Amino acid sequence: MELTRRDAVAALATVGATGGVALGTRRSDDGGDGAGGADGAGEAEAAALDEAAVRASMAAVATVVYPEAVDGVEAFVDRFLDGRLDGSAHAAGLRATVGDLDDAARSWHGAPLVDLSETTRDELLREVGADVADEVPDGTLAERVRYYVVNELLLALYASPTGGELVGLENPQGHPGGTESYRRGPR
Amino acid sequence: MSAGDVDRTPVADAEVCVVGAGPAGALVADRLAPDHEVVVLDAGPRFDPADRLARQERAIRPSDGRPDVWDVGGERDAYATSGERSYPLNHARVKGLGGSTLHWQGMVMRLHEDDFNSGTERGVGPDWPIDYADLQPYYAEAERELGVAGASDNPYAPPREEPHPMPAFKPSYSDSLFAEACEELGIDMHSVPNARNSEAYDGRSACAGYGTCQPVCPAGAKYDATVHVERAEERGATVIDRAPVQRLEHDGDDSVTAAVYATPDGTEHRQEADAFVVACGGVETPRLLLLSASDAYPDGLANSSGTVGKFFMDHLFAGVGGTLDEPTRQNHVGFYTSACDQFYDEANEEVAPFKLEFFNYAGPSPVEMALTGDDWGDELLGRLRDGYGTHVAMGGLVEQLPRSDSYVTLHSERTDDRGNPVPEVHWSVGDRALRTIERANEIQRSILEELGAEIEWVVGPDATGPAYHHMGTTRMSEDPDAGVVDADCRTHDLENCWIASSSVFPTSGAMNPTLTIAALALRAADDVRERLSQSL
Repeated sequence: MELTRRDAVAALATVGATGGVALGTRRSDDGGDGAGGADGAGEAEAAALDEAAVRASMAAVATVVYPEAVDGVEAFVDRFLDGRLDGSAHAAGLRATVGDLDDAARSWHGAPLVDLSETTRDELLREVGADVADEVPDGTLAERVRYYVVNELLLALYASPTGGELVGLENPQGHPGGTESYRRGPR
Repeated sequence: MSAGDVDRTPVADAEVCVVGAGPAGALVADRLAPDHEVVVLDAGPRFDPADRLARQERAIRPSDGRPDVWDVGGERDAYATSGERSYPLNHARVKGLGGSTLHWQGMVMRLHEDDFNSGTERGVGPDWPIDYADLQPYYAEAERELGVAGASDNPYAPPREEPHPMPAFKPSYSDSLFAEACEELGIDMHSVPNARNSEAYDGRSACAGYGTCQPVCPAGAKYDATVHVERAEERGATVIDRAPVQRLEHDGDDSVTAAVYATPDGTEHRQEADAFVVACGGVETPRLLLLSASDAYPDGLANSSGTVGKFFMDHLFAGVGGTLDEPTRQNHVGFYTSACDQFYDEANEEVAPFKLEFFNYAGPSPVEMALTGDDWGDELLGRLRDGYGTHVAMGGLVEQLPRSDSYVTLHSERTDDRGNPVPEVHWSVGDRALRTIERANEIQRSILEELGAEIEWVVGPDATGPAYHHMGTTRMSEDPDAGVVDADCRTHDLENCWIASSSVFPTSGAMNPTLTIAALALRAADDVRERLSQSL
């Protein structure tokens, strides 16, 4: 099933072009609504990946966490990240976490994330603990990878029409798919 | 604009001071603003509409709890719970312009005629000092103000004078499955009124189908009270956010003189006015009155009756869910479209009124499932396909009676971020309500069994919880010794102070309270206006 530009735009319609940005990613206090909430513990030390590398790394992870049934993953992820990689705290957290994950790939497997085989990328995600971690934007590497990488990608997919249709729900929660589909019977 | 850039100083020559910018306060302000100098004070912030998608993301992601979606929690919102049943207060409210309508489900039924005369008609609880007929025109007006999509197909609903402002949402696919079972059992289904646009209304779009109605509607199709906050401002009202009122002050002539409020910079201000309307909901309203104790009112302002904070009520949830061996098409939208009020007016001393709901959002949401678990790729997709698609569920709300052992008071030790005692919610539920939950479960179970469902869960008397409808804590009574406000929602003790809130409900019925809150607020506003015209 082909992921389309429409899917990416729809995914952005779910989370907003700047996602949790204006809010930070934690509950804001009276001090204001601005950035700062998403700063991960490892952010300051994060390896600096350029924009293209961050996008390529996210697409590489997507090929692992997305089901085989979907095509067009790279373009979908790239379009989705157009709206997410901005100047926000969320984007900073995402960049930093991808950088940390790439560091782990180099340390443990001797190559950047994008150069690892799909099987090794899967292993890497499990080695950092992203499979069993709860998502926490300012947590451990495992928790941040779960939040900024794995769940970021899964949210994009399964809140899109194509992702929803994989499950049998063409208007998934978060997607503004109108008020017709709930009345339709199964096809 | 940052908190520091906003002018939060008092308004000179204010005629009306409204405390609380939820639906009741916003409607009062909107109604009075064209002819009076109105100021509204709210403890919470002015949320940026541009943040709604981000709040939706919070609602879907597992890392944020429900209170986080609208920034509830922390020392500002500290509370205690001490009853036989724990009460999760911060799941049940939002502070800020719009109040709890920002996260509500948006169901807007009228109370039934007998709900206003529970003592006379059902033999339990007090009668209200007003009847359905007194509120009926205000119900119609409230439906127009909020924008209600509904139909006149409910034979059990109280009399209407005109159609709803918008056509009802059409029944869901799963409603059609329920309908077959209900027909076999002789149970009637009908539409349900939604404060959600089935078509464009009042400058707001039709429902876009985001499916996250509760706790956030990014489309603005679900009514929330920012509609009337903004309109009140357009009509000249001043709305001050992040201005928690610390106490009300009064003079020796039984008039409130000022609302003392704090601002983010720590400054305290006094907002004087000719009339005050307290509209802080069923918990913060009694708390503010109790915090305003004085030498003349040592037990709390407007509390000569001793009933401030007493008789705290909520609606109790009853539900049954399961799965079929066929697709049920759930979770496309976040609201329900069919209900059953058939058993509501069978209420008596032993059985409470209750209503039944046919869910369109039974079972898990695939996207939320996807964000939890230790799988991904094809394995995850397999889990989603297994977990989604065949669920059905029914819910219901049950009335609880006012009880002396169910109350809101000030906690004796714990204080909030301003040093004020936090609210202590002591919630107790009686046997009549618990029996009625069993009765509701019995009907729900029969319908699901007729459907051929494998029943997987039952929320019965032991597992029930609150519907987050806070009622009863400053109740309405003709007798100044038995209640806090009169039939016009004006306090018995203070001639220029009104309460617009579900806290004035003497009994709760089993219908979601917001339409009644709105109708009472409009009625109270008329009384304020009339008395202002007489210079109080």
